[in-house]
Amino acid sequence: MKDDRYEIRFGGSGGQGIILAAVIFAEAAVYEGYHVCQTQSYGPEARGGKSKAEVIISQSEIDYPKVIKMDLFLAMNQAALDAYFFDFKPNGILISDATFVEQLPTSRAFVLPFTRIARDDLGKEIVANIVALGAVGRLCDKVSMPALEKAVSAKVPAKFRELNVEALRAGAKAADTVDVSLLPRSIVSDEEAEV
Amino acid sequence: MSGGYEGKENVVNIEQSENRLVLQGNEAIVEGALASGCRFFAGYPITPASEIAELMSFKLPAVGGSFIQMEDEIASMGAIIGASLAGVKSLTATSGPGFSLMQENLGFACVAEVPCVVVNVMRGGPSTGLPTSPSQGDVMQARWGTHGDHPIIVLAVSSVRDCFEITVHAFNLSEKYRVPVILLSDEVVAHTREDIILPELKNLEVVERIRPSVPPEWYIPYEDNSRGVPAMADIGSGYRHHVTGLIHDAKGFPTQRSDEIDAFTRRQFRKITNGFCEIQMTKSLMMDDAEIAVIAYGAVSRSALRAIRIARERGVKAGLLQLITLFPFPKKAVDPVLRQCRAVLVPEMNMGQIIREVKRVNLSSKVVKYSRVDGQFITPDEIFEQLLAMYM
Repeated sequence: MKDDRYEIRFGGSGGQGIILAAVIFAEAAVYEGYHVCQTQSYGPEARGGKSKAEVIISQSEIDYPKVIKMDLFLAMNQAALDAYFFDFKPNGILISDATFVEQLPTSRAFVLPFTRIARDDLGKEIVANIVALGAVGRLCDKVSMPALEKAVSAKVPAKFRELNVEALRAGAKAADTVDVSLLPRSIVSDEEAEV
Repeated sequence: MSGGYEGKENVVNIEQSENRLVLQGNEAIVEGALASGCRFFAGYPITPASEIAELMSFKLPAVGGSFIQMEDEIASMGAIIGASLAGVKSLTATSGPGFSLMQENLGFACVAEVPCVVVNVMRGGPSTGLPTSPSQGDVMQARWGTHGDHPIIVLAVSSVRDCFEITVHAFNLSEKYRVPVILLSDEVVAHTREDIILPELKNLEVVERIRPSVPPEWYIPYEDNSRGVPAMADIGSGYRHHVTGLIHDAKGFPTQRSDEIDAFTRRQFRKITNGFCEIQMTKSLMMDDAEIAVIAYGAVSRSALRAIRIARERGVKAGLLQLITLFPFPKKAVDPVLRQCRAVLVPEMNMGQIIREVKRVNLSSKVVKYSRVDGQFITPDEIFEQLLAMYM
């Protein structure tokens, strides 16, 4: 079905701030005038192991609130990537953390060292989610950096604001080293896509 | 009241985006309750309804209201009845196991005609069931959970905006008809965050119960009138009256006289029947030329909405009737749909509860059941597949 629905999934392990990243992204999308729908895994799987959060953005009101086919998938570790990759769009974008992901199921993927940037450049591994969010914001091309910075500032405690905004910028900068237009066009052949 | 999905309100208004918030369904229920003038909450935390109690615990004191965490749901229901009798709009929120405990006192609220709103965020059951999974298994419990012949209003929400608006309606109907209103939500609606513009309070219709206009010595607490809804005095305001769970006469005292019992029971139903047109709330999409239709409620209507759009794109003339009011059953909205369409699909996250009510409206119609009972949300594709099979 054709509409301007854009679907993002954030996957990682419980405690990595996956849900917070999704909430911040949703907030930023609202600043940009989108309708948003944000959901998350709820229940035992949300703690430890793997956790996921989803954001749908659209210019029109959103009917079905969950992901149908992902346009963008952020995977912060291998377990989440393996578990939540199944409904990836053929022309989607996979962004994963170099520190915890070893095997990629698609060539439409970028591997960026979010956790290493957070740990080595910023001195706090805990902000890896925000570093990743910066890259997601840059690569999905749906929300501006000022909107993301405003949303980050609104959602994190005042004393960590500067650190998180810095993390966001570091992520965006890392994303500037890659180019979406250079990705292979689709993982399915043209004949298959027609079916 | 009925509305459509095709209105202007669907268009994003960038200028208004400053006032747009991102709220969870449970948070929007709290905002709706506060906007309706709710100033008392008693409850016991339970997944997936806990956020309502949590938010109420700090939002209520800030507006001069009271929050109390009770020892269980039996006591919670008792507490909100007490607060409402004292003149304060009251709310409690729970999920299946707690809702079961509330049934006894819910019956008291029915017989004593105490306005109050009970939110049941449905999860898988019976018993402790599936605490973190969505379900629609409590529909008939909401209608008939408490014993005895009684009318009750049951409303179902499907989005964050619904959570706000329908909560306001729930309070309004409860105050207007002196009846408990059950607001059915589910795990999907409760935990989805969506953008919402909260209306300004001055633009919101808020209904207050009719209080006596006569001096205290003339006050007859359960005196019938044209609406069938007696004026309600706040306990402690000087209007001495008796409140009991026994069937009572106009003065509020227990009665065994068959004429009084009959009048009491019939008035309970008459007041709801009189207000039926206002109480019946539905939304529809693409019903004008529909040959087949989906009748859905709660979160499932979101999946249905998308399924209908997919179907239309493939040339299948399908429409949607979303039920907001589940009881009294909106038969006046369902009947024309059944007459117009050659088949109607009722998808539910249970083994088939509302479908029986749909069938009862018009026994000659073809009504197709679709049940999902594995703790998962029904997807648009599943509904579309069913529609396609019906259309062929």
